[in-house]
Amino acid sequence: MPRINTGSPSTLSDTETALRGLFLKGLAGDAAAYHAFLRQLSSHLRAFLGKRLFGWPDEVEDLVQECLLAMHNQRHTYQPDQPLTAWVQAIARYKMIDLLRAKAGREALHEPLDDDLAVFAHSAIDASDARRDLGGLLDTLPDRQRLPIVHVKLEGLSVAETAQRTGMSESAVKVGIHRGLKALALRMRGDK
Amino acid sequence: MKTDDLVSMLASQVAPVARGAATHRLVLALMVGVPLSATFMAIAFGVRHDLLEALFLPMFWVKVIFPLAVAAAGFVAVQRLARPGVRVGGAFPAILAPVLAVWVLATIAWVAAPADARAAMLWGQTWRACVISIFVLALPVFVGAMCALKGLAPTRPRLAGAAAGALAGGAGAAVYALHCPELTAPFLAVWYVSGMTLPVVVGALLGPRFLRW
Repeated sequence: MPRINTGSPSTLSDTETALRGLFLKGLAGDAAAYHAFLRQLSSHLRAFLGKRLFGWPDEVEDLVQECLLAMHNQRHTYQPDQPLTAWVQAIARYKMIDLLRAKAGREALHEPLDDDLAVFAHSAIDASDARRDLGGLLDTLPDRQRLPIVHVKLEGLSVAETAQRTGMSESAVKVGIHRGLKALALRMRGDK
Repeated sequence: MKTDDLVSMLASQVAPVARGAATHRLVLALMVGVPLSATFMAIAFGVRHDLLEALFLPMFWVKVIFPLAVAAAGFVAVQRLARPGVRVGGAFPAILAPVLAVWVLATIAWVAAPADARAAMLWGQTWRACVISIFVLALPVFVGAMCALKGLAPTRPRLAGAAAGALAGGAGAAVYALHCPELTAPFLAVWYVSGMTLPVVVGALLGPRFLRW
């Protein structure tokens, strides 16, 4: 069982403020803040989804990963005047409903999904293992997307170094990362 | 891959993100779609030859402003539906309000007109062409708005598709008004509204499939 921390209402709004601060820094290009944001976000998602997917505990970690990738890919749709909780919860719920549809047909939708703004109420730090082989999915991407992701995002090379090593232009490397992560999200969705 | 590894991968050398993406993409869709639609209208249908005189007719302005109001409300609705967790709020009533206003106007005109003049008010001379023309002229903006939505994150794809249809239908009808010779409220109430409804229906049908992410 994942460890669950329950938050009181005051710590809830503190969580919103802290996470939002990290996220905004991340949107401005601060990788360390963005890393901290995603780590905390994944704990909250794990608790939020774990509670709602009690019928399918094995699915939780896969869905956490799918939500993280979706939120990363769609992070340009967040506007700073909006509560982060609402944005995160709308995406988590959308991805969960998508999974439940694929999984169990419409019956699963009778589960109450309307408890408002509770996504930051709990966090679960201990991840169980994801069942989906994300590394394997990454390998199925075409080279022009896979290589930029592997070099820049996994090995930590700069865009310029990656361009040199692969013979791609720097803008092609950036586009490859962007499109590759989107393609990866698509494959995750098709994978369930 | 463990979730921590995924987190590290996503955060590694993350690029800064531009603000206002939803609005920018939709504005771009309009800036490409509306001129395309207007050019097609001018070439295929022709601008009405008495356009300058028509500028002095109140009904001409009703005919232009009513679909523009639908398009404006549609724009706000699409823009909100494109972003997760944003409420649509008053944008849907605002799409319907201009339609209701024209229906009221049409009812008044219908009641006030002598019985033998009513058929001409309703059918005009161009009702056959009206609905399909508005639909065709709505297509450039519709395609643009759907592509913009595809790059954003609509969590209610059916509604988002319908709102894109309202935006496009309103824009297409406003462009068509520059060609169309009809000047009666009942004509607008039936044929213009039908022409604008068609892309809404198409958007609602396509949304769940095309806008999934």
